[in-house]
Amino acid sequence: MLQKKNLWWIAAVAALALFPVVEKNPTYMAIGFFTLVYMACATSWNMFSGYSGYISLGSAVFYGTGAYTMSLISIHANMAPGAAMFWIVPLAGLAAMVIALPFGWIALRVRRHTFVVITIAVFFIFQLGASNFSFTGGTSGLALPYITWGASYYFVPFYFVALGLVIVVTIISAALRRSRFGLQMLAIRDDEDRALGLGVKVTSVKIVGFTLSAFTVGMCGALYAMEQGQIYPQFVFTPVFDVSIALMTFLGGLGTLTGPLLGALILESSQQWLTISFSNGSLYLILFGALFLLVILFMPQGIVVYVRQRLSRKADLASASDADTGTSDVALSGGAR
Amino acid sequence: MTVLLSAQNISRSFGGLKALNICNLEVHQGSVTGLIGPNGSGKTTLFNVMTGYVRPDVGTVTFEDDDITGFEPDKVFARGIGRTFQLTRIFARMTVLENMLVATQHDEGWLRSMTRSKSSVADVENAMEWLDFVGIARLASLQAGALSYGQRKLLELAYVLVADPDVILLDEPAGGVNLTLINQISEKIRTLNAQGKTFLIVEHNMEFVMGLCDAVTVMHQGSNLISGTPSEVRSNPLVLDAYLGGGDDEEVDEVING
Repeated sequence: MLQKKNLWWIAAVAALALFPVVEKNPTYMAIGFFTLVYMACATSWNMFSGYSGYISLGSAVFYGTGAYTMSLISIHANMAPGAAMFWIVPLAGLAAMVIALPFGWIALRVRRHTFVVITIAVFFIFQLGASNFSFTGGTSGLALPYITWGASYYFVPFYFVALGLVIVVTIISAALRRSRFGLQMLAIRDDEDRALGLGVKVTSVKIVGFTLSAFTVGMCGALYAMEQGQIYPQFVFTPVFDVSIALMTFLGGLGTLTGPLLGALILESSQQWLTISFSNGSLYLILFGALFLLVILFMPQGIVVYVRQRLSRKADLASASDADTGTSDVALSGGAR
Repeated sequence: MTVLLSAQNISRSFGGLKALNICNLEVHQGSVTGLIGPNGSGKTTLFNVMTGYVRPDVGTVTFEDDDITGFEPDKVFARGIGRTFQLTRIFARMTVLENMLVATQHDEGWLRSMTRSKSSVADVENAMEWLDFVGIARLASLQAGALSYGQRKLLELAYVLVADPDVILLDEPAGGVNLTLINQISEKIRTLNAQGKTFLIVEHNMEFVMGLCDAVTVMHQGSNLISGTPSEVRSNPLVLDAYLGGGDDEEVDEVING
């Protein structure tokens, strides 16, 4: 069973790795690159918000921080445009973590709905800051060292670095789910006060989880900046990013491992494809609206959970009758045992 | 007998309401102490103060001669004081076994907890033993949300026990469960008490309290009214007044003697 599951993962990675070999068209390579970036970001977001139940709408803070870190370092270090700039990517992840620490320390003092509002507020502080400070270039943004790789080759390095990020973040997410730390995050999601009373150090678990999830998002922001060659505050600190990765995760399945990967794969690739095919930047919104209505109506827990339930329905039905008699048995005749 | 856990001169107000007003309580090592009193007399608030969920305005909570006033609930639990809630609180979207594993104490930092499997063999064995003890081991892989109310009570008891606390505070363990399960729970408490565990129990079911406890403290309007053995408390006229505000004796007798 486990073997079969691993084979699926290997097949998925192989398919993604072979895509640039088969597809040479830079347009489709760009779609592939952005899809991978969003797969990594959604998984990263899910690693904290999905497991702990603290829905953050402030992840663009880390995306933007990563993008500006890449830009500022490459500009001020006078770097030669090229592959060496990839070394800034992990630094950008660390910079995002440095921002996430005080951000989380403040925002995680409140719960649920208030937390969501605080994350949005912090996000707008950063967006305003980036548009107004001189070191960020204000509203005209920053121009990075111009990379002159040929059109047919341009996206290949970006694609593989992004694929690497997806693999790394998926492994971290899976490892977290199997660890005591992950279990504690799930306990916080279900009942934070009860978890606290059972010895879970909820404050440190939340802050560490929040900070950890900022790392990959920061790296993705850096990749985006490097690929674009020019960043603007309204495109890296954008609320659309926050909403997108949350919706991708909800579509795929909040709190599951494959959910955010699948959600991002479906949504980001179709968005890019629709935008390019119909040269209309807003068409996808209509289709997304319809899609989300369907999901909320028919599979509110997301595709992954829905499919899993459908697949195991037969098994459930068979064992359900056993379990039913078992439970009532304990409840009614427990004292006699 | 030595005092294991005590509350001294605790006061706590919520707005204009004095939930606790110079309240004292002693729990002796190895005892089963009952805490009774009318609704709103401050029993659960006292529980919350003793387990770190509510900070007292004044007063101290002492455990094994250490001042633990104002400790956070996780530290109180790590110190060896476990509790259940009046309305059972479990992790509904996790399995019964995972519920147990949350409470397993390791006293480790976050980095270590990230690299350790949640279901190590020793932890699972320990958890299954306690599930077996309360009688729900066969439900281990079930989602906890699917449990009945009585089973949730048992699970709550089991996951407090899994961390091996010295003293266990039970908030209405017999509330809302049927008679056979009440008997089962009281039998478990006796077994654990014989093994050296100390209990403090809030309960409205007088039969349950009088049959189980060595000592009973009665609370009234935020402070401790009297303490004594069950029979002493039963015959004290002050207790009758507290419950009924000095009603006729027949009614009082009905309440106290079940």
